[in-house]
Amino acid sequence: MGETSGPLLSVNNIEVIYDHVILVLKGVSLRVPEGGIVALLGANGAGKSTTLKAVSGLLRTERGDVTKGAVEFRGQPIHRKDPADVVQRGIVQVMEGRRVFEHLTVEENLLTGAYTRRNGQAVRQDLALVYRYFPRLAERRGAQAGYVSGGEQQMLAIGRALMARPKLMLLDEPSMGLAPMLVAEIFDIVGRMNREEGVAVLLAEQNAPMALRVAQHGYVMENGRIVLDGDAKALGENEDVKEFYLGLSGVGQRKSYRDVKHYRRRKRWLS
Amino acid sequence: MGDWQFFALLLSNGILIGLMYSLIALGFVLVYKATDAINFAQGEFVMIAGFVVVGFLISYGAPLWLSLVAALLAMIAFGFGLERAMLRKLIGRPIIAVVMATIGLAAVLRGLGPLLWGADTKPLVLPIGDEPILLEPLFIPPIQLVGATVSLLFLGLFGWFFLKSRKGIAMRAVADSQQVAMAMGINVERYFALAWAMTGVVSALGGVIWGNMLGVDVHLSLVGLKVFPVVILGGLDSIPGAIVGGLIVGVVENVAAGYIDPFVGGGTKDFAPYVVMIIALMVRPYGIFGKQIIERV
Ligand SMILES: Nc1ncnc2c1ncn2[C@@H]1O[C@H](COP(=O)(O)OP(=O)(O)O)[C@@H](O)[C@H]1O
Ligand SMILES: [Mg+2]
Repeated sequence: MGETSGPLLSVNNIEVIYDHVILVLKGVSLRVPEGGIVALLGANGAGKSTTLKAVSGLLRTERGDVTKGAVEFRGQPIHRKDPADVVQRGIVQVMEGRRVFEHLTVEENLLTGAYTRRNGQAVRQDLALVYRYFPRLAERRGAQAGYVSGGEQQMLAIGRALMARPKLMLLDEPSMGLAPMLVAEIFDIVGRMNREEGVAVLLAEQNAPMALRVAQHGYVMENGRIVLDGDAKALGENEDVKEFYLGLSGVGQRKSYRDVKHYRRRKRWLS
Repeated sequence: MGDWQFFALLLSNGILIGLMYSLIALGFVLVYKATDAINFAQGEFVMIAGFVVVGFLISYGAPLWLSLVAALLAMIAFGFGLERAMLRKLIGRPIIAVVMATIGLAAVLRGLGPLLWGADTKPLVLPIGDEPILLEPLFIPPIQLVGATVSLLFLGLFGWFFLKSRKGIAMRAVADSQQVAMAMGINVERYFALAWAMTGVVSALGGVIWGNMLGVDVHLSLVGLKVFPVVILGGLDSIPGAIVGGLIVGVVENVAAGYIDPFVGGGTKDFAPYVVMIIALMVRPYGIFGKQIIERV
């Protein structure tokens, strides 16, 4: 599998429809290089989670379908595969909302992450590895996952995904509902996992500043489309992105990126 | 016989019978735990297993061991096939659809059993004798001892499976959240089939034991009625709960029958467990060990 050319993941112009009628993604394309971290930014409802589920195959559990375009992983089309197959190939999704198995212990949750793996000894080594990344999980290994804190549940969801030893991790809003300190801690660990284990990450986030700090590249989504993409540093300094994500307009509502864009266009005409 | 001796006898009898209820309830729990389906045909599964054993023994003149193996394989195949043919189609539909489907299945099986194997009551003879074992002040029918031992063995085996084995943990993960289990690469439908096949195993054991005690005819399915008080008491999805629930039901019905039946002329056994069940529902809706819905703010 040593394809050196071509990205690890490439999403080519996909359209996604839920329930046969609800058109949600309208031609989304993006790439994740081997070992890279790519941020997928956008407000609530933009279509970030739908994009990740189109990659992992979980879309079908929500009656969604990729109706146009293709998702390719290491050059192979995967958008018709079921989730178990996709995990086997090396992609694992950490779903939004800290979806741990509540009635299982922390350690049992981690073991389910290694479900597709056969080598028991390697799995035990990786259990130790996850506990090194997340020492807090080691302390709570026997606790029922439904009762550990929100931050610990997010760590558990990420650690569990690492147990699959994926090539690509799809991380859906790990910052959601957590205190800023904790978010920084978790993003740090994700960065380390990426460097040390070589796991590529596609990171869906509303928290753009945080996401652009760990990512090398970013895409901005709005209303089911990619409206902007670029180098993470450039995006972070991009006036539109700043205004959109950091500046709140008058009544405390976020401006749509599109409004910003129109405004810029007008400005260009005037100058 | 003194008062306390009489009580001890009722108690020991209740405990052994109760463990045999636990075994049948385990079949129900396995399916509910993994698939969220409520199986109203559990008693009929036991009946069919009984029919298969006596069918092989009497109609085909097969040796006992072969009949037992045949029943085991038949019930595994039955559970597996049922999941494929019927229950898989009901995944994601309202729970009432599954309930109605299994109630319908129960009726069909009650008709089919006698149709295929005859309506008369057939003996299911095991080579264990029926001379009670005397353990002053108790005396115990050998089948009860065998039944209780087999029950404990399989309850332990399934308990180990769920707690320690890779497949068992995966099955509990499926029970916890099917979608998240899929995200971990777990083939959810395979585990549904496995749960129904495991219920087949338990039903086969129950069919042999209860068939020996009651004889095999359509009434054998009535042991399924004890499943509901057992699982409501213990919790629909708990193996320890099935043990404790079974013990409570066994003891309650034996003790109640021992003291009340002489005055009312019988029948106490059939309703006493349900009285306890209704009280339990009002006090502890999740059962003694049932998993609670974890809610956090
Ligand atoms: N299962 C579903 N069925 C129908 N519509 C859905 C479903 N999931 C998401 N949507 C819709 O798709 C759009 C994008 O949702 P989502 O991908 O969750 O966005 P994001 O993750 O960026 O918040 C929203 O308008 C949402 O209402
Ligand atoms: Mg989302």
